[in-house]
Amino acid sequence: MNYVQPWVILAFSSIIFFIGFAGILLRRNILVILMCIELMLNAVNLTFVTFSKQLHHMGGQMSVFFIITVAAAESAIGLGLVVAMFRTLRSVDTDDIQLLRE
Amino acid sequence: MLALIALFPLIGFIINGAWYSMFQAPRGRTKAGATLPGIIATTAIGLSFVFSLILFFQLQDLPAEARVIEQVVFNWMNIGGFHLDLAFRLDPLSSLFTLFVTGVATLIHLYSIGYMSHDATPGKFFAYLNLFSFAMLMLILGASLPIMFLGWEGVGLCSYLLIGYWYADMEKASAGKKAFIVNRVGDFGFLLGMFLIFQQFGTLDMSQLNQNVSALAQHGSNLATADLGVITAICLLLFLGAMGKSAQIPLYVWLPDAMAGPTPVSALIHAATMVTSGIYMVARLNFMYSLSPVALEVVAIIGGATAFFAATIAIAQKDIKKVLAYSTVSQLGYMFLGCGVGAYAAGVSHVITHAFFKALLFLGAGSVIHGMHEEQDILKMGGLRSKMPKTFLTFAAGWLAISGIPPFSGFFSKDEILWQTFASAHGSKTLWVLGALTAVMTAFYMTRLFYLTFLGAPRFKEGKAQAHGGGHGHDHSGIAVHESPTVMVLPLQILGVLSVIGGFIAIPHANWIEHWLSPVIPAHDPATLVAAPGMEWILMAVSVIGAVFGIFLGLKIYSDLRKAEQLKARFAVVYKVLENKWYVDEIYEALIVRPIYWLSVGLWKGFDVAVIDRAVLGFGKASQWSGQILRVAQTGSLQHYALVLLIGLIASAGYLIYGLA
Repeated sequence: MNYVQPWVILAFSSIIFFIGFAGILLRRNILVILMCIELMLNAVNLTFVTFSKQLHHMGGQMSVFFIITVAAAESAIGLGLVVAMFRTLRSVDTDDIQLLRE
Repeated sequence: MLALIALFPLIGFIINGAWYSMFQAPRGRTKAGATLPGIIATTAIGLSFVFSLILFFQLQDLPAEARVIEQVVFNWMNIGGFHLDLAFRLDPLSSLFTLFVTGVATLIHLYSIGYMSHDATPGKFFAYLNLFSFAMLMLILGASLPIMFLGWEGVGLCSYLLIGYWYADMEKASAGKKAFIVNRVGDFGFLLGMFLIFQQFGTLDMSQLNQNVSALAQHGSNLATADLGVITAICLLLFLGAMGKSAQIPLYVWLPDAMAGPTPVSALIHAATMVTSGIYMVARLNFMYSLSPVALEVVAIIGGATAFFAATIAIAQKDIKKVLAYSTVSQLGYMFLGCGVGAYAAGVSHVITHAFFKALLFLGAGSVIHGMHEEQDILKMGGLRSKMPKTFLTFAAGWLAISGIPPFSGFFSKDEILWQTFASAHGSKTLWVLGALTAVMTAFYMTRLFYLTFLGAPRFKEGKAQAHGGGHGHDHSGIAVHESPTVMVLPLQILGVLSVIGGFIAIPHANWIEHWLSPVIPAHDPATLVAAPGMEWILMAVSVIGAVFGIFLGLKIYSDLRKAEQLKARFAVVYKVLENKWYVDEIYEALIVRPIYWLSVGLWKGFDVAVIDRAVLGFGKASQWSGQILRVAQTGSLQHYALVLLIGLIASAGYLIYGLA
C-alpha cells in the first residue's frame, strides 16, 4: 500500500487553517466568517487524525468527535446570533457592528 | 460593688439618652417636663452616693495600711508586655473624692430639676449630666493611668457638650469649642507624661508605679541625676495636663468662658468636680512629685500666681457667674499652691470645702438668675435679700466660707494651705504674701458680689409678682423677682450647712483628713517645718484680720455706689485693665490664635491646594491622557482583534519553538 506521507497532510491542513484565518481577517460578512471558522476547525481535525494515525494513539480521534460536536453547537448559536443581529441592525457586515468601540 | 458606683450614672445616661433620642428629639424641640428625666438621673447618681457611703464605711473598718478595695472588671488589652485591665481601686483618697463628687452631684442633679424646668430638652441635659458623673467616677476610681485618662477625656467631652448645651447661640457654641481645644493642649502633656512613665517604669498601674518609683528612690540615698531629670519631666508633663483641666496659668482662659453653660453645669463641672481633677492627679502621684523639687516649685509658683492673678480679675467683673468663675480659678490656684509646697492633704481638704461652698455659690447665683429671669449683671440687681430670703441666707454662708471667716469651712482649709506655704521646706515667704493678698482680695470681691446682689436698694424696675406660669419672663412693667422652688432651695440649704461645718474635717492639729489620707499621702512631719510653731497662730490671726479687712473694705465702698464710681474713675486705667481681664484673651488672640490661623491658611493655600490637590488631580489627568492614547487600540472591529490574536499566537508559538531551546 502506498500511503500518503504525513507531512503532506499536515502541510495541507495548515494551509487550510491559514486560509480560514485569512478569511476571518479579510472578509466582512459574518456568515462567511463563521464558515471560515468551520474551515479552521476542520483543519485542526485533520491534524488530529494524522497524528493519531502516526502515533497509534486514539486520543486524537476522540478529540475530533468532540470538536465536531462542539462545532455543531457553536455554529447553531453563531447563526442564531447572526439572525438576531440582522433583525436589529439590518446588516451582517462587521464594519457596521463596532458598538464596543467607545 | 465598686464598679456599681460608676455603673449607675452610666445606666442613667443610657435610659435618659435613649428616651431623649427616641421620643423627644424626633418630635422637635417641644417642651417636655424636666421632672421624669430629672428623677431618673438623680436616682442614678443618688444610688452611686449610697454605694460610695457603704464602701467608705467598709474601708474604714479595715486596718489603716490595708485600706484598699480593688475590682477588675475585665481585661482590656494585652500587647506584648503591656497589660491593661479595666480595674477600679478605692483607697482613702479616691473614697473621699467619690463621696464628695457623688454627694455634690446628687444635690446638683436635684437642683437641675427646678432650674431646667423651662428648658426644651431636659432629657438630653440629664443624660449629659449622668455621662459626666460616670466619666468623673472613672477618673477617680481608675486603678491605672489609662483608665484615669479615659475618665479625664470623658469629663472633657461632657464639659464641651454642656458648655455648648444651648448651641444655637454662636457665642456659647464657641465657648464650648474653646474649652475643648485648650484642654486638648493639656491632654497632650498628660499623654506624653504617660508614655514616658511606661517607657521608664514599665507599668501604668498606679500602685505598681508607686512601688517602682519608691524602689528607685531607695536604691541609693540620692537619686541619680538622670532619674531625677526623667521624674521631673514626667511630673511637668502631667502637670501640663492638670493646668488644662484645672484652669491654671496659662491655660485658664477656657474656664471663665465655660460659664456659657447652664448654671448647674458651672456648679458641678466647672467649680466642684471636674476642675479639681488636676489636683486629684497631683495628689495621687504625690510619690513622684515629692521626689522632684523642681516640679514641686513649678506647681507652687503656677498655683500661687494663678490664685493672685485670677483674684485681681474677679474684682472688676460685672457678670455674677464670671466673678465666681475667676474666683474658682483663684481657689484652684490655692489648691495647687498647697500641693506644690508638699501639703497635698491641705490641697485635698480645700478641694472638698471648695466643692461645698463654690457649688453653693454657683447654685445660689443660678437661683438668683432664675429668679431675676436670666439677668446676670450684678449692677442691675440689688436688694434681693427680701425677695429671695432663703437664697440670701445660704449665699451668705458661702460668702463667709470663701472669704475665710472662722469657723466657716473655707477658713480651715485655706489657712492650712497658707500656713504650709509659709512653714514648709518647699514653701516660701513670697508665695505666702501672694496667698495672703489673694485672701484679702477674695474677701473683697466676694463682698462686692454679695452686696451688689443682695443688699442695698434694687437697681432694676420691679414688676408685680404675677401668677406663676402665665407671665413668666420679662413683662413691660419690670422684673417680677421670685424665690426659687423648693427643689432648688433644698440643695442650697444642704450645701449651706456643709459650707458651715465642712471645715471641721481639716482642723489644724486634729486634722482628720490628713490622718485619713495617710496611707496614700504620707502625713506631714512637724519636724520638717522651717518656721517656729508659734507662728501658726500669728499667721492665722493675720489671715482672719485680712479677711475681715477685705469684707469691711467691700462693704464700705459698695454701700455708697457714688463713692464706688468715684473710686473707679480715679483708678480708671487699672479698672479697665482688670475689667478686660488683663487683655489676656486679646494677647492670646494676637500671639497664638492669629499666627495659627495664618499658618493654617498658608498651609491650606500653599500646600493643600498647591501640592496635594495638584498631585491628586495630576493622577487623574495622567490616567485620562494615557487612556486617550490607548483607546486607539480599541477599534471595536472584529478583524482587528482577530489580527492581534494571530500575532499573539505566532509570537507564543515562536517562543515555544525557538525561545525555549
